[in-house]
Amino acid sequence: MSLLDYLSAQGDRLLGLTLEHLGIVLISVGISTVIGVALGVATYRTEGPRRVALGVTGIFLTIPSFALFGLLIGPLGLGGGPAVVALVMYGLLPIVRNTITGLRSVDPAIVESAQGMGMARYRRLFRIELPLAWPIILTGIRVAAVIIVGIAAIAAVVNGPGLGKDIFRALARFGTPTAVPQVLSAILGIIAIAIVIDLAFVAIARLTTSKGIRA
Amino acid sequence: MTTAPAAAPTDPMIRLERLTKTFPGQARPAVEALDMDIAAGEIVVLVGPSGCGKTTTMRLINRLIEPTSGRIFLEGDEVTKVNPDQLRRRIGYVIQQVGLFPHQTIADNIATVPRMLGWDEQRIRARVDELLALVGLEPATYRGRYPKHLSGGQRQRAGVARALSADPPVMLMDEPFGAIDPITRDRLQNEFLRLQETIRKTIIFVTHDIDEAIKMGDRLAILREGSKIAQYDTPERILSAPADDFVADFIGAGASLKRLNLSRVRDVELSDWPVASVDSSRAEVLAALRASDKGAVLLLDAERRPARWVSGRELQREDGPLSEMGLPPEALVQPNATLSDALNEMLKSRYGCATVIDGAGVYQGNLDFATVSAAIQEMRRDARDRSRAEADEVHAAGEAGA
Repeated sequence: MSLLDYLSAQGDRLLGLTLEHLGIVLISVGISTVIGVALGVATYRTEGPRRVALGVTGIFLTIPSFALFGLLIGPLGLGGGPAVVALVMYGLLPIVRNTITGLRSVDPAIVESAQGMGMARYRRLFRIELPLAWPIILTGIRVAAVIIVGIAAIAAVVNGPGLGKDIFRALARFGTPTAVPQVLSAILGIIAIAIVIDLAFVAIARLTTSKGIRA
Repeated sequence: MTTAPAAAPTDPMIRLERLTKTFPGQARPAVEALDMDIAAGEIVVLVGPSGCGKTTTMRLINRLIEPTSGRIFLEGDEVTKVNPDQLRRRIGYVIQQVGLFPHQTIADNIATVPRMLGWDEQRIRARVDELLALVGLEPATYRGRYPKHLSGGQRQRAGVARALSADPPVMLMDEPFGAIDPITRDRLQNEFLRLQETIRKTIIFVTHDIDEAIKMGDRLAILREGSKIAQYDTPERILSAPADDFVADFIGAGASLKRLNLSRVRDVELSDWPVASVDSSRAEVLAALRASDKGAVLLLDAERRPARWVSGRELQREDGPLSEMGLPPEALVQPNATLSDALNEMLKSRYGCATVIDGAGVYQGNLDFATVSAAIQEMRRDARDRSRAEADEVHAAGEAGA
């Protein structure tokens, strides 16, 4: 059975899995962004906590994904829950790191002049520092999204949703005629998601970055 | 030694009382028990060698640095303990790097403080345009631009407009023209002095450049290490009677030449040069030239703006309309230019003379070497008389005490 035959026969089911995959990626990137930016904001000004945040999220990224998903079965069981938790953990490092880098790269003279005009701490953060750091933070989120798209396939080991299910099913019955097209079509779906997400980030960057700081 | 300024009838705009700042881990205070009164409407320049604590002193006033001890009064109210953000909205702040927000348009930058104060948008828009015009940036052109589209000088002007936005009584300016090329700096200084004639703010200006201090200040505070006041007085008095060797060294050589920075073109009498309308006949122009002892005539256009310089020789030898003869006007200065600037222009000009015009470009008179030299002599005489009078006073006081 050729890949094309497989795609035409299984198209609807593949589309469903692809959307599931995209869904879990978006949820995980969203949660990872909220936690990562918050961690970055909380730690960028103090050396000790900054090191801890970067160190811990760095360690997350080095845990083999297969092992991490497995470890989470204990406390969280099977399904979408543990999958999202693991994916969020993998997305944190690039987001935290770029949030810290971005906020620390804001020209101190700009922050000083904001402070000198009587802008309070939170206003300064939301109106000045975060918008100026935004392009760098967004790059971090984009890297996190790419990492998560790939690792999300492994979520199938904990019965997570997405294209990973097809990959694991095919690998389980390798040698049968449809196994290879099934793996290939799942990979194609993942690549498609990665491309769509990347393009979306280009558009988001254009729409959310002030003309005054666009290159 | 602290020279207190003459007692003012009203409260000073700013009063610093025993203001002290010791940074953690440093044995000696950066600012030590500083007492200072700053009168409303004056430009007071804090000037001193690097590390003397002048910037720290300025930042204590808007409490970007919190004082270790001492008190700060603004318009008679103690502000040492009030909410610093509220305080800072009453104090304009301009720094060397300007610090415009790059992601906001010039209009949004200027609107920063009015927005925090909750003005309605219509009032903010009107204020932004008014300020842009005030600092010489055409509102229609610049309000929608981003800082990266502006030159260094234009950014500095936008920074001044932003500091003025909520009409604060006080402005702090930390080396505002320090990062700008010398020619633009000179123009911005002149523009700022002209602006100050209209806005009459109380301004504290920090610089390490004594020439800039002399030019900008109504009063200078010469600071030594620990922000101790070596002398606090008008530039004239500091130049003619430095309080001690530290001040004399800091002023450096050429104090009398520096005094040229203190007198302005409008303070001296302009000399008579022949002028004629550019529409008059050649014979009339020649008659005007012969009636004077000068070698050239300045031709004015219908609005009495300088149009051409023509010499007697050109009048006799050349054909063609008067409007194309001779040289275009050169060495144009405005009445608020310093004599030093005017002298500089004069040295470059063909006839050794600077032409004074008002803001609209209308001819006011000419200024030549003889005028400047007379002004220098008068200043030297004044300074001599003053120090003699002072010596007499000290002498008299000594005798009275004895």
